[in-house]
Amino acid sequence: MPETREHAHPNVGTYLRVAAILVILTVLEVGVFYVPAFHVVLVPTLLALSAVKFALVVLFYMHLKMDSRFFSFLFGGPFLLAVVVLVALLFLFFGQFTLRGVGGGGVGGG
Amino acid sequence: MTGSRGLRSWLTTTDHKRIGLLYFYTAFAFFLVGGLEALLIRAQLARPNGTVVGAETYNQLFTMHGTTMIFLALMPLSAAFFNYIVPLQIGARDVAFPRLNAFSYWVFLLGGLFLNASWIAGPVFRAGVLNVAPDAGWFGYANLTERQYSPGPNVDFWLLGLQILGVSSLAAGFNFIVTILNLRAPGMKMMRLPTFTWMTLVTQFLVITAFPVITVALVFLMFDRFFGAHFYLPQAGATPLLWQHLFWLFGHPEVYILILPAMGIVSEVLPTFSRKPLFGYTVVVYSGVLIGFMGWGVWSHHMFSVGLGPIADSVFSATTMLIAVPTGVKIFNWIATLWGGTIRGTTALHFAVGFIAMFIIGGLSGVTHASPPADLQQTDTYYVVAHIHYVLFGGTIFGLFAGMYYWWPKMTGRLLSETLGKVHFWLTFIGMNLAFFPMHLIGLLGMPRRIYTYAPDLGVSSLNLVSTIGAFLIGVATLVFVVNLWRTRSQGAPAPNDPWGGATLEWAIPSPPPPYNFSVIPTVANRLPRWKTEHHDPMPDPPAAPPAPVHVPGGSWWPPVAALGLPVLALAPLTHHLWLAFLGVAITIYGIYRWAFEPFEL
Amino acid sequence: MTHAAAVHHTSMGLDSRKMAFWAFIGSECLLFGSLISTYLIYKGKSVVGPYPHDILNIPFTSVSTFDLLMSSLMMVLALAAVQRGDLKWTKIWLFATAFLGILFLGGQVYEFSSFVREGLTLQTNLFGCTFFVLTGTHGAHVTVGVLWLLTLWVRALQGKLGPAQAVTVEISGLYWHFVDVVWIVIFTLVYLIQ
Repeated sequence: MPETREHAHPNVGTYLRVAAILVILTVLEVGVFYVPAFHVVLVPTLLALSAVKFALVVLFYMHLKMDSRFFSFLFGGPFLLAVVVLVALLFLFFGQFTLRGVGGGGVGGG
Repeated sequence: MTGSRGLRSWLTTTDHKRIGLLYFYTAFAFFLVGGLEALLIRAQLARPNGTVVGAETYNQLFTMHGTTMIFLALMPLSAAFFNYIVPLQIGARDVAFPRLNAFSYWVFLLGGLFLNASWIAGPVFRAGVLNVAPDAGWFGYANLTERQYSPGPNVDFWLLGLQILGVSSLAAGFNFIVTILNLRAPGMKMMRLPTFTWMTLVTQFLVITAFPVITVALVFLMFDRFFGAHFYLPQAGATPLLWQHLFWLFGHPEVYILILPAMGIVSEVLPTFSRKPLFGYTVVVYSGVLIGFMGWGVWSHHMFSVGLGPIADSVFSATTMLIAVPTGVKIFNWIATLWGGTIRGTTALHFAVGFIAMFIIGGLSGVTHASPPADLQQTDTYYVVAHIHYVLFGGTIFGLFAGMYYWWPKMTGRLLSETLGKVHFWLTFIGMNLAFFPMHLIGLLGMPRRIYTYAPDLGVSSLNLVSTIGAFLIGVATLVFVVNLWRTRSQGAPAPNDPWGGATLEWAIPSPPPPYNFSVIPTVANRLPRWKTEHHDPMPDPPAAPPAPVHVPGGSWWPPVAALGLPVLALAPLTHHLWLAFLGVAITIYGIYRWAFEPFEL
Repeated sequence: MTHAAAVHHTSMGLDSRKMAFWAFIGSECLLFGSLISTYLIYKGKSVVGPYPHDILNIPFTSVSTFDLLMSSLMMVLALAAVQRGDLKWTKIWLFATAFLGILFLGGQVYEFSSFVREGLTLQTNLFGCTFFVLTGTHGAHVTVGVLWLLTLWVRALQGKLGPAQAVTVEISGLYWHFVDVVWIVIFTLVYLIQ
């Protein structure tokens, strides 16, 4: 047997529960999209819901919660970097364009 | 050499030592090609209104010089040492994934050949020879690189070649991260790792995070050029700035990828030839890690002239100035290592000390770039060319030469001539400063980069001539080195296990090592296992022969086969033959499947 | 997959292949991060239509999303089956995962071709460029995943996929879940936040 640290695997019940939550969250996401009352909080709500889905899949299906902390670092580091770079780019381009325009073209001032 | 002979054994090798040698010879050959391109550039610029080459050829020369030196010379020369030395330094028998290692090498070779084929491929595209090499700069700014402004295959060679090379670097990145973390000898804790191995680790993390970004930038360019997309075209609402951001998000970590291994080498060479441990090892390691992280926060300092706005300019100016701090820390630690040591002035030490001096100069010009108002005058002038060559030649190349003189005996079993080595060093040192120091002045006097000639009344003619003389002196120096390499093959003194009195594990085994490296994997108790210090005695070297036969994995054809599919795939858009894409993908997939199901015991 | 570094002593007590693969997934975060950043930077900048609200089909894409989520469930069930040496259910769950992947791809093909019919191509506008390259890259990743899963399925049919090969199935699962997770992000940022 290889010298690997074996952690307890979640049982099938956990997997099914996670699947159920994922489905519910997706339904909620689509719901927020379609129900006009929620449009005021559309963006933060959708970001939060999808973040939870992301976390559930990574932590449970990809086993990151139970596995070595080092794997979390190997994934989390670059993931965090990607998010920071994305946010930085959005800020950097904010001055070039007006971000929220739909179908707008013009290049803003420097 | 390691046992088996013949072309087949080299083609199918999965031995990190052989792969390291392959990287070395291939990369050094490309270094000579890049050097030749530099000499042609300098010949053209020796006098105002030069007539050595025309403007179009000149554009190809500086583009290929930069691209070749960065991707085909400096990075792979570092890789030669990653390959050969890192497994030895950590007490391993090989890297974590030997076939993937071979794959990285073959992809590099094929990518380099693909890129350089552009020099002679003109007739295939109904153009003259020397007409279709990449010509839009090594950084390929949009939208000069769009089909509208660069209609020929030049930029296609560039973007496709770089995509191929990216695969090589990424694969090696994953390989070395796992190797360094997971294959260390018993007792080799992370803070007992040799500095070179530490810097290699940081470099590989930079590779695996930065290369995907340029991959995406190049994919966008490819879609613009081949499929009519508009990622960088203002008339569609896009902006060429996207290219600049994506490129420099890669490009800045790339320069740390270029310098950290050389810094690692210097951190090995200085202690050995001062007979003193590296001063402040822990701080040097943490500084390297910090440089890796901070390297991600400075990219827009390459864009101070595009109008980012005062907030962005200030932020990047601050981060750029901050990153000088860990670098400065390292420099002080290196000097402190030498201070009070018993100095042996070998050639390797000369280059290591030269590194410190030259890198300080390059770093200082870099700090001046960190100020946006100052940079507005410096950018796109020869002042920047001075900076990059002080850090890349005076820095990386000096560091790599130090590594060559230091580790050549281990890798080949022969000592290089110290006399020729000193000649090589001094000619290089003088040549380098003659070539690049005047460029600070040339730039500030107003000569822009990437122009094929200049007018006499600019007042930079004599300085350019001096620079050209320096460049040719570098050429002569390099020839001396080549002679040294050549002669040592047959006349070099045989090297013992440990010609220098080194502290780290690679000196515990024969030169060159047997295929299995260590007859018995050592157990390490401290950071300087082979030295006697006030805290511990030196460890005994492993026995000459292993107690029982050690299994060494055989070779494999599948890495080179899988590698071959990539340039074939790249030829498809270049030649507008779709079937080549299918063929290339088929070859690679076939190679991967055979690789996956091949019995291969580590 | 054949044996690799896992059987030897390792400094961190971790499987080398798994470590390499997590590093790869980290790297892929930067790849998709760059693609997604570009999509967001260019959002709303198209000079001509069609625009997202004209053409994106939320009900259809919701079904695709649901499909991929379920395929992740199939994948973990396949892994559980391999780990307990249950060859029958290994085959079933592996095939189910691949099948849902193929359905997803079919859906993408349908979606792309209907967009083209409605006037949105790679050449039309910035939305076309960024949308097709982002989702196309994701689709290419799904395709590779399907091929990988089918390969494992064939190994299972040959009776060569037991607990000793569980790590390779786990790694294919990591890839598959990652591809699913990228889709979660794309579904939100491209389809739901317009």
